[in-house]
Amino acid sequence: MIQPRGDNSLMILIPAFNEEGAVGSVIQEIRSYHPDLPILVVDDCSSDGTRSIAQRAGADVLSVPYHLGLGGCVQAGYRLAYDLDFEYVIRLDGDGQHDPRYITLLLETLQKSGAQMVIGSRYIDGTGEHTSRARGIGILFFRWFLGLILAKEVHDPTSGYVGVNRQALEVFARSFPLEYPEIEALVVLKRLLFRFEEVPVKMRPRMAGKSTITAMRSFYYVAHVLLGVLVNILKYQGGRKT
Amino acid sequence: MERMLSLIAGMSILLMGLVLFNIRRAHIRVEYSVSWLGAAFILLVLSQWEWGLMSFAQLIGLNNPPVVLLLIIGAVFLMVFFRFSVVISDLKDANIALTQKVAVLEYQLNCLHEKPQATDHER
Repeated sequence: MIQPRGDNSLMILIPAFNEEGAVGSVIQEIRSYHPDLPILVVDDCSSDGTRSIAQRAGADVLSVPYHLGLGGCVQAGYRLAYDLDFEYVIRLDGDGQHDPRYITLLLETLQKSGAQMVIGSRYIDGTGEHTSRARGIGILFFRWFLGLILAKEVHDPTSGYVGVNRQALEVFARSFPLEYPEIEALVVLKRLLFRFEEVPVKMRPRMAGKSTITAMRSFYYVAHVLLGVLVNILKYQGGRKT
Repeated sequence: MERMLSLIAGMSILLMGLVLFNIRRAHIRVEYSVSWLGAAFILLVLSQWEWGLMSFAQLIGLNNPPVVLLLIIGAVFLMVFFRFSVVISDLKDANIALTQKVAVLEYQLNCLHEKPQATDHER
């Protein structure tokens, strides 16, 4: 079983659904930079060899009995990390888009800034290459929209390369948006008067598989996220509850 | 109008019969059948209580009782559907929480099983 090591214990969380083509390389790459880091792959009831490949590559695997979707899958990992007393969790995608060399930067920013969440952003230094046009338009829209709500610019609101500290972990272990969680998670943090920071990262093309957000689904994505944000604004109670 | 009211009465009785049959065969839980039985009962009463239907039609400014009855049917079923949306949402939340707990427990159990085996090998 993965165990926290030391006072500033970090766990790497990789949600994965049918990622047999990439997840093994992702784990090996993380291991090449951080040989001793506990890595947890949450297998969202994949029908391919994701689970066995992740185990062979040296990660612990948490398998959910039926397909929960990204948010439910990430929350399961957050729950376990919280129960096991980890101090920090950094989440990477299992498709190889997130370069593990930035793990140290995300962790250091979490520790030094005191922010509850750090986002790896492809738009601070980079140009956001390897992003589809539909997603690019969505990101521009949500940058503007979240700027109004959060009173702070978010360069890459849909990035899944995210680190959280124990305060945010406690909140997300209890409650986490189920579908397309990244943007709603930011509003949840704002509601609790938590802070987030962004650090520049470069993203790569996915090693295997296809994005779940197609051009048609992007309309549903926008409507769903807007509704989720609105609900979170309505839940605002004016202060930190934890 | 008479024929339409009789048809609605018949459909209400059919709905009640269907719900009761499914309760008996344990396809619907009693607590979730109440909304359907209530809706069917309201429709049955309104279809047989012409004076009440006429009065209600006048109250809302419509002089066509069958249309009023159709409006009531729509409203009643919308309420039933809304109630079931709430129930489904609750069940989905509970299901997700349960699934996550099962996954975490299974993971911890597997780790516990692996530990003694590892210790045996070390010996």
